[in-house]
Amino acid sequence: MTTPSSAQSSDLTSGAPDATDATADGAIVRTENLTKTYQMGPSELTVLREVSIDIKQGEYIAIMGPSGSGKSTLLNLLGCLDRPTTGRYLLGGQDISLVDDDELSAIRGAKIGFIFQSYNLIHQLNIIENIEVPMIYQNFSESASEARARELAELVGLGDRLRHRTTELSGGQQQRVAIARALANDPLIILGDEPTGNLDSKSGKEILDLLDSLHQQGKTLIIVTHDDDVSLRAQRVFHVLDGRIERIDVHDN
Amino acid sequence: MFLLRLKRTVKLGAKSLWMHRLRSTLTALGIVFGVCSVVAMLAIGEGAGRDAQDQIARLGAQNIIIKSIKPPRSDSAKTGTNRYEAYGLSYADVRRIRDTVPHIQEVVPKRLITLQATYRNRSVTVQVIGTASWYGEVHPMRLLRGRFLAYMDEKRQQKAAIVDQQVVDQLFAVDDPIDTNIKLKGDYFTVVGLVAPSGAAGPAGQDAARLKTGGRAGDAAVGNIYVPLSTFKTCFEGSRERVELEELTIKVDSTESVLLIRDALEVLLRRFHKNKDYQIIVPLELLRQAARTKRIFNIVLGSIAAISLLVGGIGIMNIMLATVSERTREIGIRRALGARRSDIIIQFLSETLLLTLTGGLLGIALGLIVPIMVTHFGDMPTVITGQSLIMAFGISAAIGITFGLYPAYRAAHMDPIESLRHE
Repeated sequence: MTTPSSAQSSDLTSGAPDATDATADGAIVRTENLTKTYQMGPSELTVLREVSIDIKQGEYIAIMGPSGSGKSTLLNLLGCLDRPTTGRYLLGGQDISLVDDDELSAIRGAKIGFIFQSYNLIHQLNIIENIEVPMIYQNFSESASEARARELAELVGLGDRLRHRTTELSGGQQQRVAIARALANDPLIILGDEPTGNLDSKSGKEILDLLDSLHQQGKTLIIVTHDDDVSLRAQRVFHVLDGRIERIDVHDN
Repeated sequence: MFLLRLKRTVKLGAKSLWMHRLRSTLTALGIVFGVCSVVAMLAIGEGAGRDAQDQIARLGAQNIIIKSIKPPRSDSAKTGTNRYEAYGLSYADVRRIRDTVPHIQEVVPKRLITLQATYRNRSVTVQVIGTASWYGEVHPMRLLRGRFLAYMDEKRQQKAAIVDQQVVDQLFAVDDPIDTNIKLKGDYFTVVGLVAPSGAAGPAGQDAARLKTGGRAGDAAVGNIYVPLSTFKTCFEGSRERVELEELTIKVDSTESVLLIRDALEVLLRRFHKNKDYQIIVPLELLRQAARTKRIFNIVLGSIAAISLLVGGIGIMNIMLATVSERTREIGIRRALGARRSDIIIQFLSETLLLTLTGGLLGIALGLIVPIMVTHFGDMPTVITGQSLIMAFGISAAIGITFGLYPAYRAAHMDPIESLRHE
């Protein structure tokens, strides 16, 4: 688990994990024959079939595919929101398939930053409080988490409206809050589920620029998208079809 | 570490309650009224019970009272040529009891009559009690002035009278009652002493007096006048007298032997009173019965209050379930961002507990006011015990946990993926 002290380091987005977080060949995300089957009454529905991928520290990955292809399921598995039916998933060298619900929660809180299509902010809370949410569950003190939330809000360009309600913000601004929140615990990987899906092209571009800058600072990004703009910025694009990785495009940017 | 997190989670609960002030208030009201009724009902029940017990205790827990009663009609109707046939207790009974029954400290005979007492031009209805000089041994009374009846009064059939304060208030106004003469049915009696009214003042005291004098005091009798038994006999007894003694009060040496002596008396009296023209009253038994009644009273009142608390609790559970389903998405977000099931449980449970505990405290405050109002306006004694307050608070905490646990559990066991998709 990321300790608060390391999370509070002055370099807010230092993505470099300890060497122990990666597997021997440097992959921080590794799946081996990841399969997910849902029981639908008497019949079984396999939405993910033996997906094996490796993602290295600092990579920018886009996952594309038509709806129903299994890309959301893949993202849920990578995000430790769900467990595979069979296969293994190693995140930072730890086998996720074997841990219990509490530990899974702890891993989500410490190692994964989520960015959602619909932002998923808690509207009863103001901007600072929203950014603080993951830190509550990592035992930050109130003063420490507030200080860090402030810095993160500055970082995503919202330093001037910290006490605003999230409902007063535009979609782009809300997504910035969500990104700041995703960075709160200095996660190993940042998972985006169509982060620009609800945004107009201008705000979408701004968000993608922000993600680019995170990538340049060494963050590992895995983004599910329909948006070609996103896939163009990514280093590798996984095309998912019928529960399999159909092909992988590699960009040299 | 854990405490820090607990503190923040509880704070979160408080905040969300504050954001839904109206809803929180309405929800807590159920508990407020429930706890209030528990405290108030227990106070009223306790008060009523204690009042009855006090009244009975004034009769004396060591005493046994035997009363003359009219024998069942069937007997006298068959043989009854004489309408004025004598019945009831007699002096012979007093002697027999004194001589044969052990453990007896005193036997106080009592004659009763209700009549008009006149002083100058004023007259009131009083209860005249003909009794012995040792009356005070059995019925503790407070002598305010003068003296009580003496042996010589009895022996010489003195027309001496002891009046109680209630009579004095009605009859004498401003005059000093001591050494004045009052007229009782044609005879003048000299007032030699003044005693405090038996029992407390007010209607409760009168009830006690009525109970003590065998329900004969009548509504009109304002107080008691005590005269020597012998004088009573000569002055108030008509030729057509049917009863020798209305009442005997027997003081037993300890409360342990009361029931035993009661049985002995029963055996003795049955031999000489074949027509069952007596009644034995044991205040100790009444006391125990009153305690039982009080307990039943408390249970009934308590369960009514408990039902209202239950309703309040169900209301809370209902709202919490609604809150949980309303906040499904928030729960999903928190779970995705690292909240464990226990964090979610604590968050919602602390909300319920905050609701019920503040509701409980308010209810206790209100429950303290209600008995005061009842005593003030309803003229009913109430007793608030610390025990009932602790119980009420404990109940509200228990309700918080009981009715909060399920919604919290539901919240914690929602699938994060489903919750995040929830609109």
